[in-house]
Amino acid sequence: MSEANLTLEHGAGVMEERPFAIPSKKLVMWLFIISDACTFGATLFAYGYVRNAAPDWPHHFETASIINVAIMTFVLVTSSLTMLIGTRAAKAGDKSRALRFTFITVALGLVFAGLHLREWASMIGAGVNLFQNPWGAPLFGASFFGVTGLHLLHVVSGAIALTVVGLGYKRGRYNGDDIEIWSLYWHFVDLVWMFVVPMVYLLNVAQ
Amino acid sequence: MSAEGSMKSDLTVYVVILALAGVQIFMAYHSPGVLRMLIVAAIQAILAVMYFMHLRDEKSTLRLALIPATLFVLVMMNMVWADSYRLIHMKPFPK
Repeated sequence: MSEANLTLEHGAGVMEERPFAIPSKKLVMWLFIISDACTFGATLFAYGYVRNAAPDWPHHFETASIINVAIMTFVLVTSSLTMLIGTRAAKAGDKSRALRFTFITVALGLVFAGLHLREWASMIGAGVNLFQNPWGAPLFGASFFGVTGLHLLHVVSGAIALTVVGLGYKRGRYNGDDIEIWSLYWHFVDLVWMFVVPMVYLLNVAQ
Repeated sequence: MSAEGSMKSDLTVYVVILALAGVQIFMAYHSPGVLRMLIVAAIQAILAVMYFMHLRDEKSTLRLALIPATLFVLVMMNMVWADSYRLIHMKPFPK
């Protein structure tokens, strides 16, 4: 038992109850998530601002790109489901099932990152970079790579964090609460993708 | 709620979120519109927050602490649109 838990347990009779009835580290994760929601909100608003103010914004996402995005969405939402199953198993004390589903989630996250990088490579190959693109507004590249890059960074960070927490859980350093807390982060990354897809891809489909 | 019941509700939400993603793709080809797309995305987000992140099972004080503050910040960001419309029409700054 950690020192902090010991202190809390001994002080349980004299200390006030937690105002939100959740562990402090879970509250911290929620606070991080709402601040990160504002960061993503600002990024997407900036994207919308630039898109709205550019008369020659490119509508170039072909059907192949949209199919790729649909597969990426399926992979990410499925990873949320596997994370849920892992979290429920961790809370129920089923360690092997919790670990299995946590690492399946990490694998799905890496598949998502691979699909994303493949799409980036094809766009870079077509001449899109941070300062120009062959289809119109020069800021398209910076906006596209900015928004999707920030999201991809979160996916990769989440995969690393889940691996570390999963391995710690296996060794007994972390418990089911830690798996649950990091699952909140993973679901948040999934949630953000639901706004990135329509804003960045679906509103710029080549008709 | 039993474990089986929970699993059933998780699967239902998972299918609904994927179906809504399919609706968005359909809309992209047949009736694209920012507001419509964002409404569908908001429904997906609400389902994810309430069921996947289990915010509906938490105390109402936590929901009250988190949701209004986040929405307030996101709503305030909408003040950028006036300036982006000014830019596209190349109007000068007001004196």
